[in-house]
Amino acid sequence: MFKLIGRRLIQMLLIILVASLILFVIFDTDDFKKRIALAELGNFGLSSMTEESYQDWLAEKGLDIAFHQRFLKWSGDVLTGDLGHSFEKDTAVGPLVLDRLKNTGLLALFVFALMIPISLTLGVLGGMREGSGLDRSLTFFSVFTTSIPEIATAIILTVVLALGLGWLPAKSAMINGFDFKQLILPVLTLVVYDFGYVARMTRASMAEVMTSQYIRTAVLKGLPYRRVIMKHALRNALIAPFTVIVLQLNWLLSGVVVVEVFFEYKGFGKLLLEAALFGDIYVVQACTLVAVIVAVLSQIISDIGYTFLNPRIRFA
Amino acid sequence: MAVTTITPPAPSLLERMKTPRNIGILGALAWLPLMTYVMGTGLIDESARNIILLPAIPAVAILYAIAVTSWKESWIAVLGVSLVLFWFFMAVTAPFLPLADPNAPIAPFATPFSEKKDIFFWLGTDFKGRDMLSRVIWGCQRVLVWGVTATFVAYVIGTIFGLIAGYLSGWWDEFISFFGNVLLSFPVMVLFIVILNYLGPSGFNIVIAVTFASAPAIMRIVRGLALDIKTRDYVFAAQTRGESALWIMVIELLPNVRGPIIVDACLRLGYTTVAITTLTFLGLGLQPPDADWGLMIREAAKVAMLWKFAYMLLIPALAVSSLILGFNLMADGLREMSLRD
Repeated sequence: MFKLIGRRLIQMLLIILVASLILFVIFDTDDFKKRIALAELGNFGLSSMTEESYQDWLAEKGLDIAFHQRFLKWSGDVLTGDLGHSFEKDTAVGPLVLDRLKNTGLLALFVFALMIPISLTLGVLGGMREGSGLDRSLTFFSVFTTSIPEIATAIILTVVLALGLGWLPAKSAMINGFDFKQLILPVLTLVVYDFGYVARMTRASMAEVMTSQYIRTAVLKGLPYRRVIMKHALRNALIAPFTVIVLQLNWLLSGVVVVEVFFEYKGFGKLLLEAALFGDIYVVQACTLVAVIVAVLSQIISDIGYTFLNPRIRFA
Repeated sequence: MAVTTITPPAPSLLERMKTPRNIGILGALAWLPLMTYVMGTGLIDESARNIILLPAIPAVAILYAIAVTSWKESWIAVLGVSLVLFWFFMAVTAPFLPLADPNAPIAPFATPFSEKKDIFFWLGTDFKGRDMLSRVIWGCQRVLVWGVTATFVAYVIGTIFGLIAGYLSGWWDEFISFFGNVLLSFPVMVLFIVILNYLGPSGFNIVIAVTFASAPAIMRIVRGLALDIKTRDYVFAAQTRGESALWIMVIELLPNVRGPIIVDACLRLGYTTVAITTLTFLGLGLQPPDADWGLMIREAAKVAMLWKFAYMLLIPALAVSSLILGFNLMADGLREMSLRD
């Protein structure tokens, strides 16, 4: 077990090193440096610059050194906790990323709080009696909701709830501080898009458990059906959905850029997109670092959880 | 003794079309003109451009008839293929339909089912006055062509690496799997954003980005299948005959991994369509001025935040949803049918 985790962590370190080196190479082109200069100095400022003063400007920003030296310096800085400086927002990267992570975390918290009960209940009810009316309609309905891309779900919900009925604000920029009402639409969008997938996983796992020998024995033994479900079936049926739910964390962190952009929610994904478009290398590096770490950690957690919940694997 | 021989009725034309070879020819006939039409913009003369689409129209119709008759046991698959081929049909017939020029500004902000400047607009016009109906129909061309091309390229690359990793094993496997793991642990969106930002937004670069993002997952599936199949007797037979590794991979393994990955391909076509629309919405995908669903959403999202103009957002959103729903229903139906057999 520990050996496995250790191997995963070493692999994660390798991946981070490779990824950040690639990113430094990619963002080393003249085009990106020009883009930063253009954004900071304006069109006129850049064109009136002589070649020499442009080089001075690059040196001032620390962009004149070769990428591998910057990579080494950056790696050293990260180990001491310094994530660099954002060109676009002109602040330290660490607090910036942390702030955005907090926003995305809040979003993820509400999504989980709503999605997990809904999808588990529906999945268990559907899988309990395979082929029943509820099961069939659930399966069809969930194909429907997961097929509609997030952007379309966002549009439909905005048009109906915000523009049509006027119940909710259409944007979630939160300019005047935190506003719970502005959080509802993004959360709803993500829940509608995601619950079908988890519900289907739960349903499949529940349906499989219900056909197993020990459930049949329990039913034939004369136990009340309720008890069979609650005591015997659920415990095993919820192992597979658990891993799926943990892996959703990864998706919520960086896969929901489009929802954050559409609602103008100041989340992690939006920061990443803006930084990548701007050529803000240190922000992109920090975001990738966080994203890879979360991806690997959620994988490890789901693996550990799986072995922990499933004794057959634990003792094997 | 008189023996009456009952000759079975001659198979109908449609039945005779159902051989894999004929379906392949029909598919190529439907696909290649559309691909040349969209990718060859500017290369081919305007007047000649429309003519190359002509053979695709009957081909799509026949393909639809074949699909409906052979999948009639699963209404889900029929519904899915109807949605997908509806848009495909729209894509190949777009130049021949009596539509307004999708890029010509006519009358801005005309609501659906209204008349402005003596022209009746079924779906209204957008903020620049371009006909929405025409833009929706033209818009499906690029999504379809780039989506299918990107998925296809990702499959070719993923299958090649998967077969090599699965069949040759050893160092090949270690190397390919590590590289695949590196790519897989990158969040997909980060990968898309970084690649497209570096290469610049265009259709061909979307193909590259999708390949990087999807090929590792496909590689894993094919590798798993190849690991299983290579222990079969017919593979040992081929090895004993002294066939080369390449021959075994192409002739023995490839046809046997085909079945499971077809269902996966339908699902992945849906993902790719979502990805292309999303990336275009974010400004990293296809570029204006030509009509495209993601682009329509992107442009409308800035101006149409009013109930009265919500149709500008809703129409492309519903269009892209219906196409993706079609792909997913098709995958579901195919899986259902393959489980039943």
